[in-house]
Amino acid sequence: MRIGDVVSVRTETPAHHHRTPWIVKGKTWRNASITAPFFNPESRAHGGDGLPKQMLCSVEFRQVDLWGARYREDARDRLLIDIYEHWLEPQ
Amino acid sequence: MPSAHDRGGLATREPIDQTTHEWADWEHLVNALVGVLRRHDLINVDELRRGIEAMAPAEYESSTYYERWSASIEHILVEKGVLTTDEIAAATREIDANWE
Amino acid sequence: MSDDPAHPGLQHDVRLSERAKRAQAIHRLLVSKNIIGPDEVAEVIERVRTRTPADGATVVARAWTDPAFKTRLVEDARSAVLELGYRLSHDAGLAVVENTARIHHLVVCTLCSCYPTALLGPPPDWYKSFAYRQRAVVEPRAVMREFGLVLDEGIPVRVVDSTADLRYLVLPRRPIGTAGFSETELAELVTRDSMIGVGEARAPA
Repeated sequence: MRIGDVVSVRTETPAHHHRTPWIVKGKTWRNASITAPFFNPESRAHGGDGLPKQMLCSVEFRQVDLWGARYREDARDRLLIDIYEHWLEPQ
Repeated sequence: MPSAHDRGGLATREPIDQTTHEWADWEHLVNALVGVLRRHDLINVDELRRGIEAMAPAEYESSTYYERWSASIEHILVEKGVLTTDEIAAATREIDANWE
Repeated sequence: MSDDPAHPGLQHDVRLSERAKRAQAIHRLLVSKNIIGPDEVAEVIERVRTRTPADGATVVARAWTDPAFKTRLVEDARSAVLELGYRLSHDAGLAVVENTARIHHLVVCTLCSCYPTALLGPPPDWYKSFAYRQRAVVEPRAVMREFGLVLDEGIPVRVVDSTADLRYLVLPRRPIGTAGFSETELAELVTRDSMIGVGEARAPA
């Protein structure tokens, strides 16, 4: 994953603990930046050691892309959210 | 339908209630207990969240913040065999009895 | 309500929920089995009481008066904050987003309650409420208006959904009319809400 790559967020909802909210699942936008590696919470929540660490990526979406006509505020507004790299698929 | 904890964008007209309550002693206890259990490697924040998310949706919705933490602490400690549900229930009854 | 000094935080009240009582029972059991020490919880409770938004306000005031520090803070918040002597737990990331005349940030955690507790203390009740978690992402200006904040026309909003292992602190805009203020004077203008993004720093009296 490189800065500026266009990415989509995976759509599945696994039964295990994960940190990807439904509001961005299946949504596509430009990857803003890679922050840092963190222990993988999906492993650590279930007795694992969290390794290998996973890169956390700050991804930015246009609010109108997330909500469509439901979004009534400024069309330039964005949502910034940190998503683990294994949840992202390059387009 | 997102899971009960996945709240972003769910429609509501409810205003934000900006009043804050003074934590009760038991809320201080629950908050601190998680910190202590983390130090002893008995629970980590990811497990805490998994335990919260394991609550039945109706209980998640109706519980207060630290009631959810209490449910999660119990879930994780019982799962790890640190405590049993029976002894927690017995200790709870004992607390009740001592104060009656 | 009564306190039992032998059991920190132990409290009996008929209105206490089952979950509240069970938490106290769990604490008793852990202590009686020597799994945790008898005073550990009380020590953490005392430490938590000392954490307030004042630490975050000090960081903001430093950033307002020291441009090189501000650059470091926005680029690598964790290192910059450690440089000031604050303690962060070893695995917690920290990010600082700057509000300017061109962009306004608002922080929420839709999944849970992620918050920069190390610098602001525990989050306020409303931050953890369903209403805030549900509405902040889809109608941020409507939410801000409820807090009394009306943004200048034309400033776009970037909502930060802080759902992962990075905790976000907003660096609010420095109020006008504060040239020559000391860091201490500036820190007094920095509100908790301005560091979440639902408010602005106070104007000087």
